[in-house]
Parts: sequence; structure tokens; C-alpha cells
Amino acid sequence: MSLDYTNDTAANEALIKEVLDQYPEKSAKKRARHLGTVKTEENGTPTCGVKSNIKSVPGVMTVRGCAYAGAKGVVWGPVKDMVHISHGPIGCGQYSWSQRRNYFTGTVGIDSFVTMQVTSDFQERDIVFGGDKNLEIMIDELDELFPLNNGISVLSECPIGLIGDDIEAVAKKKAKDIGKKVVPVRCEGFRGVSQSLGHHIANDAIRDWVFEKGTEEEWATGPYDVNLIADYNIGGDAWPSRKLLEEIGLRVIGSWSGDATLAEIERAPKAKLNLIHCYRSMNYICRHMEEKYGMPWIEYNFFGPTQIAASLRKIAAAFDETIQKKAEEVIAKYQPLVDAVTARFKPRLDGKTVMLYVGGLRPRHTATAYEDLGMKIVGSGYEFAHNDDYQRTATYLKEGTLIYDDVSEFELEKFIEQLRPDLVGSGIKEKYSTQKMGVPFRQMHSWDYSGPYHGYDGFAIFARDMDMAINAPVWGKLKAPWKAA
Amino acid sequence: MPQSAENIKDHISLFSEPEYKELLAQKKANYECRPSDEKVNEQLEYSKSWEYREKNFARKQAVINPHKACQPLGAVFAAAGFEETLPYVHGSQGCAAYFRSHLARHFKEASACVSDSMTEDAAVFGGLNNLVEGLLNAKHLYKPKMIAVSTTCMAEVIGDDLSAFIATAKEKEAVPTDFPVPFAHTPSFVGSHVVGYDNMIKGIFNYFWDREKGEVKPGKSNGKINIIPGFDGYAVANNRELKRYLDTMGVDYTLVGDVSEVFDTPTDGTFRMYDGGTKLDDVRDAINAKATIGLQHYCSDKTLEYVASKGQATASLNYPMGVSGTDAMLMKISELSGKAIPEAIEKERGRLVDAIADSQGWTHGKKAAVFGDPDFVLSMASFLLELGIEPTHCLCTNAGKEWEAQMKALLAASPFGADCQVWAGKDLWHLRSLLFTEPTDMIIGSSYGKYLEKDTGIPLIRLTFPVFDRHHHHRFPTMGYQGALRTLVEILDRIFEVADASSDISYDLTR
Repeated sequence: MSLDYTNDTAANEALIKEVLDQYPEKSAKKRARHLGTVKTEENGTPTCGVKSNIKSVPGVMTVRGCAYAGAKGVVWGPVKDMVHISHGPIGCGQYSWSQRRNYFTGTVGIDSFVTMQVTSDFQERDIVFGGDKNLEIMIDELDELFPLNNGISVLSECPIGLIGDDIEAVAKKKAKDIGKKVVPVRCEGFRGVSQSLGHHIANDAIRDWVFEKGTEEEWATGPYDVNLIADYNIGGDAWPSRKLLEEIGLRVIGSWSGDATLAEIERAPKAKLNLIHCYRSMNYICRHMEEKYGMPWIEYNFFGPTQIAASLRKIAAAFDETIQKKAEEVIAKYQPLVDAVTARFKPRLDGKTVMLYVGGLRPRHTATAYEDLGMKIVGSGYEFAHNDDYQRTATYLKEGTLIYDDVSEFELEKFIEQLRPDLVGSGIKEKYSTQKMGVPFRQMHSWDYSGPYHGYDGFAIFARDMDMAINAPVWGKLKAPWKAA
Repeated sequence: MPQSAENIKDHISLFSEPEYKELLAQKKANYECRPSDEKVNEQLEYSKSWEYREKNFARKQAVINPHKACQPLGAVFAAAGFEETLPYVHGSQGCAAYFRSHLARHFKEASACVSDSMTEDAAVFGGLNNLVEGLLNAKHLYKPKMIAVSTTCMAEVIGDDLSAFIATAKEKEAVPTDFPVPFAHTPSFVGSHVVGYDNMIKGIFNYFWDREKGEVKPGKSNGKINIIPGFDGYAVANNRELKRYLDTMGVDYTLVGDVSEVFDTPTDGTFRMYDGGTKLDDVRDAINAKATIGLQHYCSDKTLEYVASKGQATASLNYPMGVSGTDAMLMKISELSGKAIPEAIEKERGRLVDAIADSQGWTHGKKAAVFGDPDFVLSMASFLLELGIEPTHCLCTNAGKEWEAQMKALLAASPFGADCQVWAGKDLWHLRSLLFTEPTDMIIGSSYGKYLEKDTGIPLIRLTFPVFDRHHHHRFPTMGYQGALRTLVEILDRIFEVADASSDISYDLTR
């Protein structure tokens, strides 16, 4: 269903030059490596040709966050039956408190803790004397107040690493004391260049402090057992995804980490296959399970009917004919819904242009979903992608598409001004400046408080939301009538 | 199939569909290894008990759902209120991203702030190079008139010296020597955002009065009054309301750190990164004012001390809300400026009193829990007392003994304050216990209170920062007589909603 089109390479390259000219020389040189267009190499492979996962230029408004944001905000925070300690000063925990809409079931403060902010609230004396002793006391207090917790994570903020606290030693000791898993995560915000290292560190903590520490749970494995990995259940995304996987006959024995319990993570190595959605944030642990337990993994994409069908077929191909047959049935079952959604919204969205700028996955994964609705991607980029992400991206995007890695607000605004897309999909920090320019916008981290967007059920919502953004009457009201030319 | 193209269900209704209910029930039963419902209910009930409350209050280290943010947020907010000023965070970039998101989520506005992205190497060698390069880039790209630098906890732990660093950056021509780069050290492990606000305002005064051209002595009085509003999520409307009062009174003034324009720019096809704000020349001249008033004591303590050291008269209030809060502000301004309070304002006051009199039968004897920043809780409690509402729990995570004493004195002056308990340094998980064991009719605070509302069933009235989950509250004032009126309406609406929902018989058309 996807469209065939190309973007204007020459115009985009000129635009990049124009933007770089505004920088001091040294920074212009650095930034030049992160801006480019999709090209086809001589051997026929498409490439984005940008460098990534490098330190941000000082003094610009980078949209990036930090390792803590990646580890706590993304990977560990959604694990619902554990108490997550933001270990350090007050701010990091406060700003990330309940901001990612990781939906879950359970009773908050009793057996689920996702929407709570638990912090050691470091004071000056803790910086001087260290926070380990108090962390021990804190873990006892939390276990006393929340006895139905199944474990505790300790996510370190900047000062912890700088003052040399030994949270690993505390974790070992307290795990014994309270008889539950205590997971130290060394995700100080100054580590690495973005959230991305935080994801990696969080994955390593699963390896070292969950898998390595074992589980007492008995688990009878079946031939169709899979894990749904790296879906954080934003606006409930993991649930329509789970529904589809179950409909084709698979058993989702663990869901990470949106709506996850610790048990679901612990049992993961007993599945037959890992299905990974956000490759950037959790490929590390999938690779580990592959090496250590021989478990294969498959990337999938549940945005938009083209990719959903392709992914269901790819997943089914890893199993027997029963599953493959069911996958076809499921695709056929939802086709009328897809047709109806497309019939309703495509005429309203056909030919509209989109610029994306999101984390480490959505700039490529959502591209085809837009195209399913007749829309064109004219620019795309990532906050914290690595080179392998950009390789994957080139196959999703069309020739000439403007690519921007770790784009600064300055660059993004200029690109938006010049390309004047019909829609920008990015985050809260970019939302309001874009809308003031008169350009429709959707937050693509949080689905602008809508969603889910995954699966067939999510596609209908996605289509509706893009239509409501682009075709809102408000965009006709920007100029006062007495000013209109 | 629950979804259809004609009737698209999103998360609000989709997951109540039978298919999803079944899916979630199966997940829980087969894979989650959850405690039994019986155990969950038992713990839930226990968490509402006095015994749990005592355990909860016995904790010494764990902080659970605190109501405060860290210093640099306040510094960034303060800096945003000056003419074409770019807030600059020296330290990790993640912090700046958090500050920008936090302010954007409340104001539904873009929030500009750069950082110099310090990482591991800066942790070892210090962040000087980051600052030099950062100032150069920031000046080039965003063309500000001033860059106001604050620190993160990382920069503080490694001990970066901003004064020396900025001097070096100027030597290296990152910015011209005469380009204003005020700064404030704002460690996140000391105080909270209100202290950061204070530090940055002081830092900006200090730059223009002591650093730009060496020490400046106050000259001939410019006849103005300086007003420092303080950290205020309602600053957009409150600052405008304040200016209306001052203009009506004919007072010449400088509103110091005025964010009302930058956090409320129009949608008309152009994005304005800078808009409004206190003119830098006015800040230079502020040393010659007749007096400086801080509208929030806990947001301007150190600044006022500094201003006083220059020989200027100072005064501080506690967030002018309600009848007497506004009275006190107007009288203080009148006293310091020598301008009378005109009849038009007195009539506004009369209308507020009229409104309170009309509604007092509905407010009298109701109980309220209040939480938020120290000045807000003080003034909110004071207004409640005027309405005949009994503040029952007044809680402030970022307050200490001074505030506690001030609260107790306020409460002691009214029979409606007799049963009130004051909780300095406590968090919202403490408040949860308080509300279960000693319930109130309403909770007044920020959006974070919605979890308390959900757990206890006590209605939440959002009247302070942050309000993430309701739109446009900050576009209407809470300060002054008009603000009090609006606050009264918010409280009354909830009281009437509860009354209407409580009885089919007393479902009165006229109240």
C-alpha cells in the first residue's frame, strides 16, 4: 500500500548548508556529520550517511535526555510490582514522575508502583558522607510500607557515581535481608551521550541482577511461548500487540517492560522466541539471551497495516503451519477494519507531508503507517539512534529525505520553516514552537495523550489523530481578518 | 472486534471492552504472579489505618511522592523572565531537557534553555571547555541579549567555579567582555526550586549592580518600586493582574523576572523564542528604586537581603491571595510608593467580599487539606480562614521550622484554624495517611494530588504549580481580589458538584 515518491535531495542539501552557516566554524564541522539525505549507494543499498551516538554540541538546545532517563524513565520504571528508587537529589525523579504513560493494571501503592516517585532526596550531608547507609535504611522502610512489592530497583543519579557510593554492595546486602531482588542500576545522567546508554545499562542490570540471580518459579514451557520485548505500553500499546500475538496462537509469557511484573522478566529465558519492538532500547538483552540461552529474536513493527501484516508473517514464519495459517486468518480478519479506516481518512490525508523527530525507533517504524494513509515523509531523525538504526532507517525512507541526527531546536525550526510540512511528529519540547508557526503537530513519544497506536486497533486511532491534527479548523485562524492579505 | 472506523475507541474506552478485559484478566491469572486479591485488599485497608500512618510517619529516609523540584528549575524559570534572555544550564544535558519538559507541560508553551552537555570527561576534567564552547554556540545561534547560567548537581559535586569559568570564557572570546552572563550556583541537593529562583534573581541583580562595571552605588531615586513575583505557575495571569493594579494606582514599577509574555505567546504563524520580560536597562536601574518587594518570602529571601545591603527598603509578602493577602500587598505598595489605593480597586475588594458573603453558607465549616510551595500554602490557608473553611492539614515538602512557626501563628489567629495540623518537610504519601485517618472535604494543591483524590475519594482543587492535566488554569489569576474570586468559584464548584452527586432528593435547582 505504501507510496512511491522521492524527496528533493538538492534542495535539502542546500538547506543543510544554510543552517550550518549559522554556526561557529568548529560546531558547524561537528554538526555537518549529523545532517544528510537518504541516498542510494553505487551497489544499490540505500543509506542515511549520518554519524550518530556522539556527544551533543555544548550550548545548543539538544532534545536529548540522559542515561537516567533511559534506564528509569524507559526500561525499569514501567516494571509495576517493583519499587523504583530515584537515588540522588530530588529533581530527576520528580521530572520523570508519571510522564511516560506506561499503562498498567494493579493497585497503586499496594501491589503496583509505576505512578509513584520514590527518592532518597539527597541533601548536602549525603554528598559529603555518602548515601549508602541511608539507602539501606530506605530499602527497609520501603519493604515495610509496601510489603507486596516483589523487588526494588536503585537508579543512580549524577552525584552517586561522582562521590563513589557502592550501590552494588548495598543491593547485595539488602537482597539477602529482605529476601527479594534488589537491582542497582548505574545510570548516572552524565554517562554516555544520551538516554541510549541508560537503556544499555538497564539491560545489563537485567542480565546481572535478574537472570544471574535466578528464579524459584517453576515454569512448564510450550512450543508457542514468546516474549514481547521493548514495548512500554504507552497509552496501552502493548495490549493490542499482545492481542494480535495471542490471536495467531502464540503464548506471550512475558511483556517488557510496560505492564510487566518481575516474574515476567525472570522467566523470559524459558520462551522460544523474543519478539522485539523497540530495537534501540532492548536489543542488548535479546543478544544476551541469544548467546547464553540460544534464544532467537525477531524485530517487528506493529505500526500501520502494511508493517503489521509483514511482521505477523515474519513472526509466524518462525513457527509451524498452524501459526502461519492463523496469521493469515488474522490479517484477513482485520482487513475490513483497515479498509474502512483507510477509506475514511486517506482522502483527508492524501499527499500530506510529515517531518518526524523522535527517540530511537519511531522515526522509521511509523513512516509506513503514514504512507498507508497516503502521506509522505519528507524529513526524519533521531534523538539517540546508533549507526545500525540509521542503516535500518534507509530502507524505510525514500530517496532524498532530509535526515537529522540529534537535531537542535535551532536546526529543527529552520527545517520546519523551510519545508513547511503538513505535520510534525515530535515531543513536548518541540510541540508548542511548531504549532505557533502554524504547523500541525502530534507528540510521538506520548501519542499526545492518546493511543494506543500499535496493532490494528491502534492504527484506527493513529489515523484519526493525524486527521484531527492536520485538518483542525484552528489552522485557518492564524491571521486576524483585518490583517489577511 | 471492539474497534471500528465509524466509532474509533482510544485508551479511554478501548480497554473497557470485553476482549481487552479478558486479555488483561488472562495475563494477570497466567503470567503475572501477583498476590491474591484478598492480600491486596487486606493491605489496601491496612494502608488506610492509624497503625499504617504511624509506620509511615516513622520513616526517616524514604521520600515518597514529594512536592518539590530542584534548584535549577527555579533558576531557569527566573531567567526566562528577562528581556531576550537565554537560560543556560552548566552540567548534564538531561537536566535541561527535564526543566524544559516540566515547564512546557504546565504552561503548554515552549521553554527555551540550553545546556553545555557535560559528560564523563567533564566529570574528570571539569566543565570549563563545555562552558566556553557552549557560550560561543548559544550566543551565535540564539542571539540572546543575556545568558543566565545555573548549575546542575553534577557541576556542583565536581566543584566547577562559575565566576572564574565565565571570566575565562570571556577572555577566550566566547562572548564579548561586556555581554551579560549572570550566574547562580544551584545545587539540586540543597533547598528546592524556590531557592533556585531566589539565587538566580540575586545573581542577575549582582551582575548588573556589582560585576558589569564594578560595584554600583545607588544614585538618585528613580521613584520606582521593584516587584519580585517569585516562582509561580500562575505567573502568566498573576503578573498581568499585578500590572493592572499598579497601573490603576499610578505606581511606577519594575516587575523583576516577568515571564508573563514568554510563557504565553500567540499562535499567529511566528514562533517567538523571546517575548516580553524585564528590560535589562530596568534591571540596571533597579538599584535606584525606592524599594523592592518580594511577593513570596521564600522565593526572595537572599535577594532581598542583598538588595537591603545596597541601602534600599525591602518588604516581603507570602503570595498575595484572598482578601487580607491582597489588602496587605496593596497597602505595602501604597506605603512604599506614596500612591493611594484608588476607589476602583476598593470597589473590586467590595465585590469580592460580596461574593464571599453570598456563598459563606456553603463554605463555612468545610475542611480542607492544602499542599504546595511554602508561600502558596500560607496564603491559601489564610484565604480559607476568611471563607470559614477549616484548613485541616497544611503540608509543605520544601519548608522548615520558620514556615511552620509562621503557619502556626496564622492559624492561631482564627477559630477556624484551631484544629489544623502543620506538616513541614512531609510528602504526599504522608498526606495520604492523614487523609485516610483524618479526612477533609477537599484537597487543594497541584496535579500530583490526583493520586490522593483517586485513593481517598476527596475532591482535588488544582490551584498551584504544576497543573499538567488541566488546560489554561494559569491564564486566569489567583492573586488579587479577582484571583480570590476565581479561587472561590473553583472551591464552590466542587462543593456544589459533591452536593449534587450525593443525593437524589437534595438535587436542588437553586443553591
